[in-house]
Amino acid sequence: MATTSTIGVTAPGIAAKAAEKAPRAPFITAASLRGMAANLIPPVVVMIAFLVIWELLCSRPGAGLPPPSRVVTEAWDIIVNPFYDNGGTDKGLFWHISASIQRVALGFALATVVGILVGTLIGQSDWAMRGLDPIFQVLRTIPPLAWLPLSLAAFRDGQPSAIFVIFITSIWPIIINTAVGIRNIPQDYRNVSAVLQLNPIEFFSKIMLPSAAPYIFTGLRIGVGLSWLAIVAAEMLIGGVGIGFFIWDAWNSSHISEIIVALVYVGVIGFILDRFVAFIGNLVTRGAAA
Amino acid sequence: MTYLSIENVGISFTRNGRTNEVLRDVSVKIARGEFVSLIGHSGCGKSTVLNIVAGLLKASTGVVLLEDKEVNSPGPDRAVVFQNHSLLPWLTVRENVSLAVDKVMKGRKTKAERNEWIDHNLALVNMTHAAERRPNEISGGMKQRVGIARALAMEPKVLLLDEPFGALDALTRAHLQDSLMEIHGRLGNAVIMITHDVDEAVLLSDRIVMMTNGPSATVGEILKVDLERPRRRLELVEDPTYTHARAEVLEFLYARHAKPAVAA
Ligand SMILES: Nc1ncnc2c1ncn2[C@@H]1O[C@H](COP(=O)(O)OP(=O)(O)OP(=O)(O)O)[C@@H](O)[C@H]1O
Ligand SMILES: [Mg+2]
Repeated sequence: MATTSTIGVTAPGIAAKAAEKAPRAPFITAASLRGMAANLIPPVVVMIAFLVIWELLCSRPGAGLPPPSRVVTEAWDIIVNPFYDNGGTDKGLFWHISASIQRVALGFALATVVGILVGTLIGQSDWAMRGLDPIFQVLRTIPPLAWLPLSLAAFRDGQPSAIFVIFITSIWPIIINTAVGIRNIPQDYRNVSAVLQLNPIEFFSKIMLPSAAPYIFTGLRIGVGLSWLAIVAAEMLIGGVGIGFFIWDAWNSSHISEIIVALVYVGVIGFILDRFVAFIGNLVTRGAAA
Repeated sequence: MTYLSIENVGISFTRNGRTNEVLRDVSVKIARGEFVSLIGHSGCGKSTVLNIVAGLLKASTGVVLLEDKEVNSPGPDRAVVFQNHSLLPWLTVRENVSLAVDKVMKGRKTKAERNEWIDHNLALVNMTHAAERRPNEISGGMKQRVGIARALAMEPKVLLLDEPFGALDALTRAHLQDSLMEIHGRLGNAVIMITHDVDEAVLLSDRIVMMTNGPSATVGEILKVDLERPRRRLELVEDPTYTHARAEVLEFLYARHAKPAVAA
């Protein structure tokens, strides 16, 4: 501002332009820095406090769990080498995690396709909705692992059984939310489609899916969370490569520090999956909530 | 030379075993290019009449004939501008219009011709500047204009308007009434418009159909409005034909068929 006013005497036009632009010029302003700090400082402070308390509590002799300092030194190998592969199940965390994510991706993708189709069919009919809703409400409360023996009996193999557990765990919220979304399609949109004489396929893709999308994504978000809960537990039982098995294996070899590192990974991946689905949902449903 | 004929239409709804007759013996004949308003108290069954003509509801008795053919399902030859615009919120203004154009004009026009037709209709209602915006980013008046553009773009034989300007402020409303008159003058579609506004009815219509109160509502009286077109609202204020028509409608609505006091 001070500079523009001195130029202003000789070249008022330029000065006015410079003054106009001035507020936009700096990318990082003091205000935006303060805003960032306000968001960053509390979690960092809480995190440090948590680690300090943990360190203090677990440093005394006879403590059941290792303090964070020992976790880092003991598990240093697996922290810095996530990509090693010694064959069999002796692999870095990256490989375990990616095996788990693949199972979730497959089971969840199946659940998404089947769940949306079934939800759409059910949402169309009052009768089906009334008849099936109580059954779904019961089925959806069955804990994921309770399905495992049944699916092992059916598939006689760990891999498809784990995927089936993901599928059956995550499909209920998808079906239920899709059906509710379809039922809530405003009569107005149906009228528009009737006047335009949309055929059933056009109606499905151009009216039903977009209109029900916010509901569908609520279901998908719940579903992906449940999938991740289920896969860790299922892998503990079926073995093979996977983060659940890794944790179970570490427990059997009393590597508590490795378990703690693995838990951090599980938490972070679960968080990322949730945010990923929410992000896609925001992209797709942009504007749909008018 | 009847173009659209509503003949002895009646409809009853049955709910919880109780039958409720909403319309009885509604008959109106409309000529090509004629602008007809439907006026009556809230709940008498105006939207129901319009939905029957649109084919969205089935009449229990009577028929609707368009060019001597029975109307029994919805179709783009009877485009509707709904009471609450009903644009699809996930589509932009342009996409809302193009959904209709691409569906209705497919096979008749090439892709390029359709695009041009979409632009033409958006320009008709002065919405070109906001074509890429979504419905929740534009004002109520603009939404209503897009709804009208979408309906006009189908090149309907009959344009059905359900209180198209009901939710708008007086200035926007006057502006859109003028656009509608101008567009109607140019295209010459037959129009049925529902309204609550006596001035709007007189200003825009060739004839005003006044409905009695429900249940079993029917056509009470049909008033012909003999005013030259194009009409200009300022010149009409003192016009004896205008004031007389206005008085007739008011008399019908508030003296002879006053809304029964709501018992509650
Ligand atoms: N699908 C339906 N089932 C049962 N009753 C209905 C149905 N549609 C309309 N009605 C009844 O028909 C009557 C007329 O409704 P309609 O919507 O046509 O009134 P309207 O004249 O358009 O009112 P408004 O001016 O408030 O829009 C109302 O009493 C309403 O309850
Ligand atoms: Mg109505």
